[in-house]
Amino acid sequence: MGNQAAHASRRARSESMWAYLMVAPTVIGLLVLNIYPFFDTIKLSFSKTLPFGLYELQGLDNYLEMFTSAEFWRANLNTIYFCVLTVPLGIFLSLLVAVMLNAKIKGRVAFRAIFFLPMVVAPAAVAMVWKWMFNTEYGIINSLLGHHVNWITDPGIVMVTCAIVAIWSAIGYDAVLLLSGLQNISKSYYEAASLDGATKVQQFFHITLPMVSPTLFVVLIMRLMSSIKVYDLIYMMIEESNPAINNAQSLMYLFYRESFVTGNRGLGSSVVIWTVALIGLVTAVQFWGQKKWVNYEV
Amino acid sequence: MNSSLERSRKIRTAGIYAFFIIGSVVMIFPFVWMFLTSFKTVEESMIIPPTILPAQWQTGNYADAMESLPFFSLYVNTALMIFWRVVCAVLFSSMAGYAFAKLKFKGKNLLFSLVLIQMMLPSQIFITPQYQMLAKLGLTNSIFALVFPGLVSAFGTFFLRQAYLGIPDEIAEAAYLDGCNQWQTFVKVMAPLTKASMAALAVFTAVFAYGDLMWPLIVNTDINMMTLSSGLATLRGQFSTNFPVMMAGSLLAMVPMVVLYLFFQKQFIEGVAMTGGK
Repeated sequence: MGNQAAHASRRARSESMWAYLMVAPTVIGLLVLNIYPFFDTIKLSFSKTLPFGLYELQGLDNYLEMFTSAEFWRANLNTIYFCVLTVPLGIFLSLLVAVMLNAKIKGRVAFRAIFFLPMVVAPAAVAMVWKWMFNTEYGIINSLLGHHVNWITDPGIVMVTCAIVAIWSAIGYDAVLLLSGLQNISKSYYEAASLDGATKVQQFFHITLPMVSPTLFVVLIMRLMSSIKVYDLIYMMIEESNPAINNAQSLMYLFYRESFVTGNRGLGSSVVIWTVALIGLVTAVQFWGQKKWVNYEV
Repeated sequence: MNSSLERSRKIRTAGIYAFFIIGSVVMIFPFVWMFLTSFKTVEESMIIPPTILPAQWQTGNYADAMESLPFFSLYVNTALMIFWRVVCAVLFSSMAGYAFAKLKFKGKNLLFSLVLIQMMLPSQIFITPQYQMLAKLGLTNSIFALVFPGLVSAFGTFFLRQAYLGIPDEIAEAAYLDGCNQWQTFVKVMAPLTKASMAALAVFTAVFAYGDLMWPLIVNTDINMMTLSSGLATLRGQFSTNFPVMMAGSLLAMVPMVVLYLFFQKQFIEGVAMTGGK
């Protein structure tokens, strides 16, 4: 008996020793790469940026400067406008593509691969070709329209242009996620509904939509978060010298410019803290709102 | 009755095909246009209405793009960044994921909460201090700098922990009774069972590292140490009106990943679908 207990405790000790060794790289990495930087960013947001990479704690000055800056509020508006343009339409189109991909037709694997293609192309390259196609004088889109629309430089249009590219880029990714949700729905529901004489449209609204709603919710949260953080696409399409920059600059673009172009990292950190708070707020609202439409019954 | 049902099914199938064909054109056309433009002269690219096929297929734009950007270095840098990020993510996340899922130790929940906190915060909140650490150590403009934020992966740890949670405890127990120690149990018995998840994490890590723009742009400003993405951003500044050169550069940047995708299309899509929701 005693021997067994000693053996068990030796085993438990060796188990926890191995456990610490195995989590060590990750835990140390997270502390150095994430936890410390998280607090450091908060500290920077309350600090004055001095030359030679020095900082001096100064209180709320960065936040005051940020909240009284028209550029900052404009960036908020731009970011929200971008989300409004991309998220509902993007999710609707992705769901449409997913439903179509779920139909039993020949060639669906090829179509899925085609819609997914933009995911494996760097956003930098995607932005380049769209910028060319949207070019005012020589772009193919204006040639087809027979109109001179200033897609890239008109402050009233520039965000729509970016939104089109963003939706085009994300549609395949979101559709693949939604498709895996659709494939989990048991065929027997549709068979029973067909026997009762339900049309395809009725089946979509009464079976497909409620059953896929948990996946839809995940995709929605994810898409919303990444839309609030939008940066690379806009950065590549809209240069700083573009007259429409003020109407296209997102919060993360502003953060990048303040921190790494202007060199005001204190103010840049305030912008990033604000953005994190915004993401937290939007996510909280989504989790509260999901009770009304997400169905976890089955 | 039956034939009308048959007919409505045919109409529906035709509708789905029409949708897919239009959709495919919208998805593929930009790449076709990129390809065609990259072989035109600047003058030809500015003809109104545009020519579809280049009057003369000329490769000068590729030469120009390769002259202004050290593409060979960009390929190597990008490949090394992806390689090390994938190795670190899969190796360290497997170890930690296994320990968090299967081993008993004090402080497990506290340590795991670090993983969850990191996952909830957007990566931009870490960027400035991460950059400053590297700058202080004089390590900017290096491969290490490109890999740095990806040395460990909270998402990977979470994801592989889920994979290990799905494996019954009896399997590890049997290995232990066969005389394996914890490390042997992990390496020889448990890790091989998560192959599909490890592959999914590898694909996910590679695709996102490849597309990442802000970090490489900040940390490696020497043109010989850039990645394909940040290199393209530089090209954009140099040739702001010469679209054929930019198309050639973009095509050169996207070809390796697209070729990999053509061969491993299924693994790419399933890998991303498995890791979905991040």
